[in-house]
Amino acid sequence: MTAIRGLALKAALVSVLLFALFLGAWQVATTPVGGSAVGAALTPEQIEYARMMGKDPGAQKASGFPTPGQVAATIVGHLADPFYDKGPNDKGIGIQLGHSLARVGLGFALACLVAIPLGFLIGMSPLMRRALDPFIQVLKPISPLAWMPLALYTIKDSSASGIFVIFICSVWPMLVNTAFGVASVKREWLNVARTLEVSAMRKAFLVILPAAAPTILTGMRISMGIAWLVIVAAEMLVGGTGIGYFVWNEWNNLSLTNVIFAVLLIGVVGMLLDMAFGRLQRAVTYVE
Amino acid sequence: MRMSTFLRVERLSRVYVPGKPVFDEVSFDIGRGEFVCIIGHSGCGKTTVLNILAGLDAASSGYVFMDNREVSGPSLDRGVVFQSHALMPWFSVRKNIAFAVRSRWPEWGREEVRQHVERFVAMVGLSHAIDRMPAELSGGMKQRVGIARAFAIQPRLLLLDEPFGALDALTRGTIQDELMTIVRETGQTVFMITHDVDEAILLADRILLMSNGNETAAGYRAGRIAEVVDNPLPGTRTRATLHHLEGYYPFRNRIVDFLVARARAA
Ligand SMILES: Nc1ncnc2c1ncn2[C@@H]1O[C@H](COP(=O)(O)OP(=O)(O)OP(=O)(O)O)[C@@H](O)[C@H]1O
Ligand SMILES: [Mg+2]
Repeated sequence: MTAIRGLALKAALVSVLLFALFLGAWQVATTPVGGSAVGAALTPEQIEYARMMGKDPGAQKASGFPTPGQVAATIVGHLADPFYDKGPNDKGIGIQLGHSLARVGLGFALACLVAIPLGFLIGMSPLMRRALDPFIQVLKPISPLAWMPLALYTIKDSSASGIFVIFICSVWPMLVNTAFGVASVKREWLNVARTLEVSAMRKAFLVILPAAAPTILTGMRISMGIAWLVIVAAEMLVGGTGIGYFVWNEWNNLSLTNVIFAVLLIGVVGMLLDMAFGRLQRAVTYVE
Repeated sequence: MRMSTFLRVERLSRVYVPGKPVFDEVSFDIGRGEFVCIIGHSGCGKTTVLNILAGLDAASSGYVFMDNREVSGPSLDRGVVFQSHALMPWFSVRKNIAFAVRSRWPEWGREEVRQHVERFVAMVGLSHAIDRMPAELSGGMKQRVGIARAFAIQPRLLLLDEPFGALDALTRGTIQDELMTIVRETGQTVFMITHDVDEAILLADRILLMSNGNETAAGYRAGRIAEVVDNPLPGTRTRATLHHLEGYYPFRNRIVDFLVARARAA
């Protein structure tokens, strides 16, 4: 116990150290060494002259890669007022994130509604498994973004197309895992249900679903991971709103600090989503 | 003291490999309230016979009648205790049994179910563990929950597939005693598979000795019920006094001789 505690503590220490090292390296790399050296070599008159010519020697800093301090200031700025809305190209980060999460949530929920019942069907019926297998094998490896043009053409709405892309990328891991989980429910449990003459509905909800739940949730967790990867790319493509669009828009504004902030945020939100599904997974896992 | 015939098994066979049935011509019957054990070497087809009686497997030919009606599929009339206890690990002990009770009496209210469940959990001496999950129980306790679950639906025929196979000798003895008490109190009809000769002698009114299918000089010979022996020992026998009873050793030797010498050979 104490050994594990000690290990966790050491690991945390190393993590902090590595982070500090990274920040330090970043700081050093972004401090314009050349610029300040030149600045130091110049006499005040020469600096004055340069200013009058419209070349601010200090300004070199601003056009380069942002320093950790600048990024930190941006983060604080965004988090201080996350929900402002000043027109289509200037919305608070909370609003953008909300749009992304809503799309992911909707597409993911639709995928659940399709994949879980269909996975049950495939898992329980060897006939359906064989009949649907070729379709699944062909559709599964298609990059979700490849569907985007077709979605845009048929649905015509960019936001709905984003939801469709999330749906299509979430559906496969869930479908495959549900089918596998349902097909590998232990025979003895099914036999118990048979000798008890349990109705089909009770069997589905009280025996097969709990037995397959850990496998199904693994599928959902994988799906959510993929959906969060895909939403950023999808929003960069279709634009309008969302964290992906925010990244693209800030790139067009050449605001690297905002891009870095968004990248960080995407990572943190992805981690939180994964942790939530990890919790759920643990809640339905049973020990035999 | 043969009771009225309750279950009749007629010329059962089960074929997996064409021309080489695991067993054929298996016929026997079980009286109401009778305890019948079947003994035979591994692979002779005991579980297959039990599954056919349960309705979980279909015979290749032959019939099973219970109360003069043909058995054709699983039913709440026949409770099964599986070799591997088969508890649902996502349900507590209480819920495992309640699941069975609700299946048997869907019209019962919450309170009725609760009382019934608690009665049968108490019967196997597990009241203190009623709200635990199966993973928190020992092997013997799980097996007792399996027995309580089968008894709780009050089946007309109880089928037990080596219910104590995985238990240590001590636990095994205790649960055998429990089972014997419950069966004597309730007059339950039981069909049980076992590998343990003493267990069969203790519990059974009658023992079926089953031989394995094997290749002989004259060709393949399917497994069958080679002998049926009535238990000559008094019905009041207990585990502690069993080996002091007159007639115990001759009876035991007869069964062991069968297993050693004749169960495999033609
Ligand atoms: N699905 C199957 N396909 C082919 N053969 C099978 C199948 N199930 C059982 N058998 C064969 O049928 C025979 C009887 O099996 P069964 O499980 O009834 O034996 P058993 O008497 O219960 O053995 P044990 O004492 O080891 O439990 C075995 O020889 C086995 O190989
Ligand atoms: Mg067996």
